Amino acid sequence: MISLAHYLTVAAILFVLGVLGIFLNRRNVILMLMAIELILLSVNINLVAFSAFLGDIVGQVMAMFVLTVAAAEAAIGLAILVIFFRGRGSIAVEDVNRMRG
Amino acid sequence: MIGLIAFYLFATVTIASAIAVIFARNPVHSVLWLILAFFNAAGLMLIAGAEFIALLLIIVYVGAVAVLFLFVVMMLDVDFAALRSGFTRNLPFGLLIALVLLAEIIIAVSAWRAGPALSGAGPREAAQPNIEALGQALYTRFLYPFEIAGLILLVAMIGAIVLTHRSRSDRRPQSASRQIGRRPEDAVELANPPVGEGMKL
Repeated sequence: MISLAHYLTVAAILFVLGVLGIFLNRRNVILMLMAIELILLSVNINLVAFSAFLGDIVGQVMAMFVLTVAAAEAAIGLAILVIFFRGRGSIAVEDVNRMRG
Repeated sequence: MIGLIAFYLFATVTIASAIAVIFARNPVHSVLWLILAFFNAAGLMLIAGAEFIALLLIIVYVGAVAVLFLFVVMMLDVDFAALRSGFTRNLPFGLLIALVLLAEIIIAVSAWRAGPALSGAGPREAAQPNIEALGQALYTRFLYPFEIAGLILLVAMIGAIVLTHRSRSDRRPQSASRQIGRRPEDAVELANPPVGEGMKL
């Protein structure tokens, strides 16, 4: 039988992996954003597991809000990333500008 | 039994693909591993009975966020090999931090088990379908947070557009006010030229 501890273990491992990813790829902003997505995913797993095992729907509502914030964070973060690389002015960045037509 | 097998399958693939996300050499591969991790996490949530959140995870994360990541990774022509140069230097410290964090989580979970607060609570049988219950909570008790979540998404959308938008001087857009402000009297001249005198220009 699957217990709450199973879900908590998976979420804890995922959380630690996300933190490890932030520390390992400290120069690659895209990978850091992906590690943050992993952390938020582990939080979501925790919320859903508690919601399911306590019979309370509130956890799933909170998981939806976490999902909203994760999507907004990814959009803003990647937009900042794009203008960051644009401002540095290398040849590759010029190509990116040309694609914007 | 089949639920347990499915749980272990989903959990193993989720953790393995999460490891692959942070250790992959190519960031495009990282994004693809991230998609796999999201799919399997959705499977985990499906087993827990949260069908709506599971499908939302696939739609939002795989359909929007991961595709956004793929776009950015493929659009920016960055030397990712140079970005990885600090990888081995950061490895011992990062592993130390990760182990400390894992130990803290294990201690916290065992402390939670020792406490009497939640020991009596067990899984309850759902009286209504998952989506129905979620909608009822969302549109009554959590109406204002729900609206605020929508506002956050709006702000994120406008912010992303404003951040990445550039006004360029070398393009020639149409001027809507000039177009609308033009009247037939300015544009068309009706003439009735007399015979034999030619045309006035």
